[in-house]
Amino acid sequence: MKLCYQMDEKYEMIRMAAREFAEGEIKPVAGELDEKEEFSVSLTQQMGDIGLFGMTVPEEHGGQGLDYISYIIAVEEIARVDGSQAATLAAGNSLGIDPIDKFGSESQCRKYLPDLCQGKTLMGFGLTEPNAGSDAGATSTTAVKEGDSWVINGRKTMTTNANTPITKGSIVQAITGARPDGKPDYTCFIVENGTPGFTLNTMKRKFMWRGSNTAELFFNNCRVSNDAVLGNPGDGFKQMLATLDGGRLSIGAMGIGCAQGAYEAALRYSKERIQFGRPICKQQAIAFKLADMELKIELARNLLYKACWLAENKRPFGKEAAMSKLYCSEIAREVADEAVQIHGGYGLFKDYDVERFYRDQRLLQIGEGTSEILRIVISRAIGC
Amino acid sequence: MNIIVTVKQVPDTHEVKIDPKTGALIREGVPSIINPEDKNAIEEALRLKKSSDDGEVTVLSMGPLQAESTLREALSMGVDRAILVSDRAFAGADTLATSYTLSMAIKKIERYDLILCGSQTIDGETGQVGPQLAEWLDLPQATHAEEINIQGNLVTVKSNFDSVTRVMEMKTPALITVSNRINKPRYKHMNKVLRAYRDKAVVTWSKEDLKLNPIRIGLNGSPTWVRKTFVHSHSRDGIVVEKPAANCAEDILDFILEKALLKL
Ligand SMILES: Cc1cc2nc3c(=O)[nH]c(=O)nc-3n(C[C@H](O)[C@H](O)[C@@H](O)COP(=O)(O)OP(=O)(O)OC[C@H]3O[C@@H](n4cnc5c(N)ncnc54)[C@H](O)[C@@H]3O)c2cc1C
Ligand SMILES: Cc1cc2nc3c(=O)[nH]c(=O)nc-3n(C[C@H](O)[C@H](O)[C@H](O)COP(=O)(O)OP(=O)(O)OC[C@H]3O[C@@H](n4cnc5c(N)ncnc54)[C@H](O)[C@@H]3O)c2cc1C
Repeated sequence: MKLCYQMDEKYEMIRMAAREFAEGEIKPVAGELDEKEEFSVSLTQQMGDIGLFGMTVPEEHGGQGLDYISYIIAVEEIARVDGSQAATLAAGNSLGIDPIDKFGSESQCRKYLPDLCQGKTLMGFGLTEPNAGSDAGATSTTAVKEGDSWVINGRKTMTTNANTPITKGSIVQAITGARPDGKPDYTCFIVENGTPGFTLNTMKRKFMWRGSNTAELFFNNCRVSNDAVLGNPGDGFKQMLATLDGGRLSIGAMGIGCAQGAYEAALRYSKERIQFGRPICKQQAIAFKLADMELKIELARNLLYKACWLAENKRPFGKEAAMSKLYCSEIAREVADEAVQIHGGYGLFKDYDVERFYRDQRLLQIGEGTSEILRIVISRAIGC
Repeated sequence: MNIIVTVKQVPDTHEVKIDPKTGALIREGVPSIINPEDKNAIEEALRLKKSSDDGEVTVLSMGPLQAESTLREALSMGVDRAILVSDRAFAGADTLATSYTLSMAIKKIERYDLILCGSQTIDGETGQVGPQLAEWLDLPQATHAEEINIQGNLVTVKSNFDSVTRVMEMKTPALITVSNRINKPRYKHMNKVLRAYRDKAVVTWSKEDLKLNPIRIGLNGSPTWVRKTFVHSHSRDGIVVEKPAANCAEDILDFILEKALLKL
């Protein structure tokens, strides 16, 4: 193995392609969508038009056939401009598309992936329940087999992309029995919107990611066929853990993107804002903040890319995924916070993007494993 | 319809600074990009190809080997073929030597119905290469196109010059330089980026691959030399009027009328 910090030019082209789109199409409308708390079907479909969905799905399944690092770079670039669209994209790919591509049957792949990979449809991933957040094992949604079908009862909450006008359905985890050791058996189901007994409610009045859709899912004697089982019955927990490992990398990318966007805005502003007769970046107190931002982003990116490399090369990457998600989301908070500080009072007004970055970073330390849970994951991995 | 698009790699002038002492561009650390209007030309070529039933879009560039990345970007937009004409012997070319060398490469490509160029670059900014190329190849040409329509072998080109709109008709094969108002270049598709690097090649032609007249290429073939480039300095002397505000306004108005900047 040789150490090499030079990335192939292909990755720079991926970055340029995603950046041009983010700056050209997302940047002009991000603030307004955030303010109106509005999900944009047209931006989602435009992201599909340039191949941002299904990036790591093989071409024969309708995907773009790229590797994980390409996907991570793309998420980073969208998040550098807007957290909400990055959320639609990252959840769409890592939580909606990935599990079907990895665990779905050939007919499920053929049925769902082509449209999902073109951004024509979206798929939610409902794991969290009102009484099962960090403790996913406390899931109480159940599915009971009746002949050739399953009857689902229960409730999911805070599911990204689950209730947009183009959502096809959601992957939901339910208890389907008990194992010999008494622990519950979990199975994931693909439940399509419109299935009788399945209703949705969009959760409004969010603090952050206001342009992204978050919904509650209600199952009341919702009957689905055997074909709705993702992979095999009983595989649900394993599938969920694997999905979260991948998802954590994309949250890491959102952290870096958010930090990068906030940092660039702060750097620019610090060169333009004159106080005491010179640009504020000439004040050491401000310059050192900016130096720390650059440092943190560099460290975070190196860690995340290493985790991606491990994932791509089929090596264990659970610990590194947890470390990346934890570190990238924490530096996103620190950098966005200091970016507001550098903007002074103006940073608290919606006229400046840092106000949005400051809010959007906050979810990153909570979703797909809170910072506390990630520290548990890491400490277990080192044998504590 | 087979279309050739000429593209030049240029420094991103948004980021370019000029050395105040030498007047030369400081290129270190400045990213290289496709000349923006050449992207419009690529977009138009892809659009025209789509509306005809078959054919290929080929991009052609003359430049150092590093210009390959520009051609990969064109491939990422979806063009079919990329050719880089590169040789130390081409260094120092002015627009005449550049257009001559490009014309010889186009003769080697042979099959084409249309050549599209940008109207001008953002670095050299001469706007000469397209028209010169048409002359070398003895083709009809239209410049600054804002609309192109093709019917059979008849091309209609619409351009705007200040208050005048010009519509030209010509027969293929023909050369057209396009304005940045003609279209909005597409974004690059992720899978096309992959294909540009995995499946496609940038073919490189050197001096030996073309039937060139050696006195027409590079520095030797260039009658124009850039003697000096310098930055205009727009310095203005302000006039300070120290009077009460109302009187000031009158003074300023007098000044404006005296200089005939405004007619009352
Ligand atoms: C600052 C500066 C000043 C210069 N001044 C002069 C000058 O006064 N006189 C002179 O003769 N030369 C000049 N040159 C050199 C000149 O830029 C190059 O010789 C020539 O390759 C391109 O000319 P242009 O950039 O003006 O292109 P333009 O004629 O403005 O380009 C029009 C179109 O021609 C095509 N094209 C141009 N160059 C290439 C290429 N290398 N490969 C493929 N397609 C191409 C593109 O489609 C482009 O959009 C100058 C260069 C620089 C950087
Ligand atoms: C905008 C948004 C989008 C979301 N999208 C999705 C989605 O698409 N799919 C999905 O399934 N979920 C989604 N979620 C839910 C998210 O994953 C959960 O909020 C998260 O897992 C935390 O669960 P909780 O909110 O129930 O917090 P809790 O688990 O109740 O945690 C509360 C606090 O207690 C701490 N805590 C809990 N247990 C421990 C422990 N053992 N040791 C130490 N501290 C502990 C936590 O770290 C946290 O600080 C989304 C949430 C939001 C806000």
